[in-house]
Amino acid sequence: MTSISLAHMGAGQSGTIMSIQGGRGIRAKLEAMGMRPGVRVTKVSGQIMQGPVIVRSGNTQVAIGFGMARKVFIAVD
Amino acid sequence: MLVKKILLVGNPNVGKSVVFSRLTGVDVIASNYPGTTVEFCKGCVGSGKDKIDVVDVPGTYSLDPTSPAEKVAVEMLNKGIKEKASIVINVIDATNLERNLNLTLQLLKRKVPLIIALNLWDEAKHIGISIDVEELQKILGIPIIPTVAITGEGVKSLVSRLSEAKISDYEYENTERWHNIGDIIEKVQVIKHKHHTFAERLSDLTVHPWTGIPIAVIVLFIIFQVIRFIGEGIINYVLDPIFTRLWQPVMEALSGLLGKEGIIHNILIGHLIDGKIDFGQSFGILTTGLYVPFGAVLPYIIAFYLVLSFLEDSGYLPRLAVLLDKTMHIIGLHGMAIVPMFLACGCNVPGIMATRILESKRERFIAATLMSITIPCMAQTAMIFGLLGQYGPKGIFPVFITLFLVWLIGGILMRFIIRGESPEIFTEIPAYRFPYLIGSLKKVWMRIKWFLKEAIPFVLLGVLIVNILYTFRIIQALGYFAAPVMTKFLGLPLDAVGALLIGFLRKDLAVGMLAPLGLSMKQLIISSVVLTMYFPCVATFAVLFKELGILDVLKAGAIMIGSAFIVGSLLNLIL
Repeated sequence: MTSISLAHMGAGQSGTIMSIQGGRGIRAKLEAMGMRPGVRVTKVSGQIMQGPVIVRSGNTQVAIGFGMARKVFIAVD
Repeated sequence: MLVKKILLVGNPNVGKSVVFSRLTGVDVIASNYPGTTVEFCKGCVGSGKDKIDVVDVPGTYSLDPTSPAEKVAVEMLNKGIKEKASIVINVIDATNLERNLNLTLQLLKRKVPLIIALNLWDEAKHIGISIDVEELQKILGIPIIPTVAITGEGVKSLVSRLSEAKISDYEYENTERWHNIGDIIEKVQVIKHKHHTFAERLSDLTVHPWTGIPIAVIVLFIIFQVIRFIGEGIINYVLDPIFTRLWQPVMEALSGLLGKEGIIHNILIGHLIDGKIDFGQSFGILTTGLYVPFGAVLPYIIAFYLVLSFLEDSGYLPRLAVLLDKTMHIIGLHGMAIVPMFLACGCNVPGIMATRILESKRERFIAATLMSITIPCMAQTAMIFGLLGQYGPKGIFPVFITLFLVWLIGGILMRFIIRGESPEIFTEIPAYRFPYLIGSLKKVWMRIKWFLKEAIPFVLLGVLIVNILYTFRIIQALGYFAAPVMTKFLGLPLDAVGALLIGFLRKDLAVGMLAPLGLSMKQLIISSVVLTMYFPCVATFAVLFKELGILDVLKAGAIMIGSAFIVGSLLNLIL
């Protein structure tokens, strides 16, 4: 199973977070929202022109910038 | 245990402020987006010796802060824990138990007496989540009370069990925290699988670009129409009749008693226009001084805050922020900056306070400066509409299109000039909620009260000062001084300098001062734009000063005066 970044995943697709690249700041922020490796997420939407991505895990929806979404890798179902 | 102080701690947007209002009876603004509370609020419950201070701490996802706003929350918590006899009410969102327990477990480690308000209990049930409160209580070793703060359900038992708050003996390894949370969730929570609710479908539609953008355009159009409809309705059917049929005869009689002239007459009634009182132009304390805040501005304040409260409480704003994120990047901000911008359309003061939801100093400077230059408050907007409305769109549009262009160009320039970081958007998207009507209306009422308290004294003082300045011919003298700038560059009569002077006090009154001057449409457009841009009113200035510090305020002030002069002169050339 290959993983792709949250930024490039299609809207409506689900998968499991494999890894979060990048600094401690972004990992801490995502983890505080419950988004960490091993957690199942669904990409709700992406915006045109590399706008923010909305991702859902459980009952929580979070909007994150495209740059950050590029650093979150998902094993898509 | 004797409790002296309660700290309300929890994730953003779980209803801490609503719990706070319920506990203390102190009204605070609560909305459905993360980061409504940017400043801590204090109140108390009980009285006399049993009085307990309650502190509404801004929301945080973790005790290991990742943003300046969270840092403030954690510092407040640390300070509170040090004081003896303080307890923490951890407000948690029952619909997001797992994520909320992350903060709870961190709180447990702080060894502070803790009690949990399991809020949004009704919503959790509604979407098919059931939580075994007894079991959770047993595992964590602290009292847990299910609440629906917005209706007050459970708040009484929360209060009666405050003394049961205790230090938990639950132990875990920090690195294993999520693992432990997983175990707890498995034991206490059951989620019934169910179909998409209407709110969820609507949520998806409003954030997908191809459906979301058209919906946003429609929503913004409706907002504008509804504000106009309500504002005009109140003026035409309520306030105009009151002023013309009831107040006018009283004032005419008083004017007669005072002999229709003289200094007292001028201060109370003002100058008669064609032998009659004109509420817009006479400029007495009892005529124009009352008409501006009550007759012209208040209806639009009511209309604006009704619509804003609905928007805030429904949960639409963060979604709009996502759709507009890219646009906001053009001016060096991210999508959530639309929240302070929206608030500023009502009044710049809460707008500037709300810039705290932005993380970096650079973003806050750009947002605060840009809004104080280009966003007229609702009071000023109402007066501009009143003055230029007679010309229709060709009078109104140039003002707002100019301000929008200045907003855009000023933002782009600041994005390139102001150094520092602008992080990307990172925000929770709350579930849609149908606004709780009583709560929303209360919020509107709080804001109207705030407007009246702020506006009335300043408007009355302003009218008094205007009369004094005219009586002693000070405005004429200043006009002579300012003549080169006023007439040569801006194309305005010398008298308009009076409006610029009073604009420091109240912008709505300043726009009102233009009415008796007999300006042309072009002059009215230029002066409306210049009055918006040149400097903030005293209330806005004070909060700018507090938020940005002296150095940045001086910078911002220079940008304002400079850009107002340039834009005013350009308009004079172009129009």
